[in-house]
Amino acid sequence: MPRIKLNGTLYDVPAQTSVAAALMNACFTARQSIEGEARGPLCGMGICFECRVTVDGIAYERGCQLQVRDGMEVTTDAA
Amino acid sequence: MNPDVLIVGGGIVGAACARAFLRQGMRVTIVERALIGGGATASGMGHVVVMDDSESQFALTHRSRDLWDELVPEMPVEVEFERRGTLWVAADEEELAAVSGKKAYYLERGVETELLDAKALYQAEPGLRAGMAGGFLVPGDSVIYAPCAANWLSEGATRVFGDVAEMGDGWVKLRNGDRLSAQVLICATGAWATELFPALPVKPRKGHLAITDRYPGAVHHQLIELGYLKSAHSHSTESVAFNVQPRKTGQLLIGSSRQYGVEDKAVEQHMVSKMLTRAVEYLPSIQKMSVIRLWTGFRAATPDKLPIVGLCPGLKQTYLATGHEGLGITTSLGSAELLLNLVSGQAGILHPADYGAERFAECRA
Amino acid sequence: MRHDTVIIGAGPGGLAAARAAKRIGKRVLLIDDNWGPGGQIWRGYSGLDIDGIDKRYSTQVSDLDLDCEQLILACGARELFLPFPGWTLPHVVGAGGLQALVKAGLKIQGKRVVVAGSGPLLLAVAANLSKAGAEVVLVAEQASWGSLVGFGVSLWRWPEKIIQAAGLATSRFRASVWPVSAEPGRVVMSDGQTLQCDYLACGFGLVPNLELAMLAGCKIESGFVSVDAMQETSVRGIYAVGELTGIGGVEKAEAEGEAAGSRTALRGNHGAFVELLRQCFALREELKSLAKPDTIVCRCEDVTLGKIAACSSKREAKLQTRCGMGACQGRICGSALEFLRGWPPDTVRQPVHPVSVQDLLKQKETANP
Repeated sequence: MPRIKLNGTLYDVPAQTSVAAALMNACFTARQSIEGEARGPLCGMGICFECRVTVDGIAYERGCQLQVRDGMEVTTDAA
Repeated sequence: MNPDVLIVGGGIVGAACARAFLRQGMRVTIVERALIGGGATASGMGHVVVMDDSESQFALTHRSRDLWDELVPEMPVEVEFERRGTLWVAADEEELAAVSGKKAYYLERGVETELLDAKALYQAEPGLRAGMAGGFLVPGDSVIYAPCAANWLSEGATRVFGDVAEMGDGWVKLRNGDRLSAQVLICATGAWATELFPALPVKPRKGHLAITDRYPGAVHHQLIELGYLKSAHSHSTESVAFNVQPRKTGQLLIGSSRQYGVEDKAVEQHMVSKMLTRAVEYLPSIQKMSVIRLWTGFRAATPDKLPIVGLCPGLKQTYLATGHEGLGITTSLGSAELLLNLVSGQAGILHPADYGAERFAECRA
Repeated sequence: MRHDTVIIGAGPGGLAAARAAKRIGKRVLLIDDNWGPGGQIWRGYSGLDIDGIDKRYSTQVSDLDLDCEQLILACGARELFLPFPGWTLPHVVGAGGLQALVKAGLKIQGKRVVVAGSGPLLLAVAANLSKAGAEVVLVAEQASWGSLVGFGVSLWRWPEKIIQAAGLATSRFRASVWPVSAEPGRVVMSDGQTLQCDYLACGFGLVPNLELAMLAGCKIESGFVSVDAMQETSVRGIYAVGELTGIGGVEKAEAEGEAAGSRTALRGNHGAFVELLRQCFALREELKSLAKPDTIVCRCEDVTLGKIAACSSKREAKLQTRCGMGACQGRICGSALEFLRGWPPDTVRQPVHPVSVQDLLKQKETANP
């Protein structure tokens, strides 16, 4: 089972899980809107960009279109 | 009832003219074929910058920058004014040497600048590629969001949406057959001025721009390579230069490209590629940045890099305000002041003859 | 390697096209933004992969510059999201969106879910969520019973799993009901009741992903790509299948994919079903007044409905308020505003999705070897 870091905490997440689902399972929201609202995934299919997070240092990755990988580090805006 | 002033073209130049005449208590109508601030005004960067290509250019950009500064207290937040300063980046000692004489020139004319050595350059902009020689900082330059500026500047003017088919001395005819007239008519249609006045030496000069997602703090100043001047002055068909602007939103605008002889507004891959490659050479961190949009626009270029502002040759009531090339956002306010002075017969800081159409032989005929 | 047929989208239509093109001996490349085949409807199903063709998954197509004799667009559809107070809260998710997230590993066991909006997808989603252990509190369809009767007549056309959902439909299904506002942990419905829920799964039907077709200059009519009997668009060599040509579900998409891939005329009449769906699930006028002046319309840029009140087009709203200027490139607010204000789509330019500078440069290299 891949071990990933979400906002600094380690989680074991079943393979094939999307980053967006992993975040939600860990009770994290995704991005912070420009006015500061917490946003979570909306469309689940790569269209809305609400689930943007930083993955391994790359900002604005869509969490719903990425599967977890062992060693992956994900941070959300609020963290 | 006829307006006192009729302006054709609702870009930043037309909008600036509208404000200048409205402030005199005149009734102003703008005729726009699409959207206020929706043409080259929306395509450009929104850089308010002093440039020194010629005395006349310096005088116009400097005066215009002062006029922008005067407006700051009244500006709505949507105009996104930020005094970012322009940092001209010297890639090597040769470029730095070439720019070192400018400080005195600017100072004599009342513009504060700083010469930066390599250390100071990296303090100012840590994201630049290692190995640059230094820079020339003009701290008083600023950045605005031009479409909202145009909308704000033209508040109070009557807006007529339509396409002008014909223009004469103090009158226009629209494609729908309507005829409008005024004491003063101003043609501010940018790169399309030749549709109405074919003799004008104005050519569309295409540019590409990219905008990224938000990366606040990645860049602090408007960054331009000193080689930009070569690109802007070049008469060759295409050129690119490193030109990156931090927006108030945290986004980065990435430019710039210049092309003559292309009328198709489509985004061209080879130009985007050249432009972004150049940008990465100066600012490697943008490689990983996400580009949200690419677009193009057309600057109204003249042979001597100065706008055409003044009475239309042979006419008494119709004025021109076009040919602002890549400096229209800056020079809109100075151009408007110049026109107002011409119409009201007042002397101003700027010399009208430097900007009049008569400086071109083809316009004197 | 140069491919004869390049297919964008690996949902039912794209997969059918790929199989058909392979069958007639074409070298096929299948591209999809997702990490595997299936599209949204078959996401996560096993046994879908096709041998003997090239596949590029997790690949976003941001520009069309492909060297091939036939390009088949099978880009599918997205959900239509309509703004209402509270729709930006994290527990408000798309209906298809929540289903996709569950398929991608979201734990839904024991969660209370209200499914709302419009269209046959709602029942399918409700059934799948129940199966996954969710407690579906309510399925609220905005269309009236009167309108749905016409759809009931043709339920036989739908896959078995939707018919299975009918059991759920009778007990927890309400017609002529829609969400009017959401607050953390609950939703207020149009019939006045407030429901506690962990998720409000809400979508108001589907809209086609037209961006690539528009970028290619394909003729669009009444919101869909125009095609001939072999699914070819107005641009020679470019074909469109599935939801792009009319929202009609899996059966239509597969038939059209088969036609385009094998380059034979489409079999069966799917137009009547598309029209039936459209009529049964037509959105009611009341939905246009759910959003209030302080309701966010553009989620990327946090632009409220009030802010765009004075604008008369998408482009004006973009330039003056930043509405539609964000990372989704106006896909969410744009579709909503087409319904709310009747504003036609803006022009499409590459990149049709945000793309890194690095990838933009890479694309150019491959485009100009």
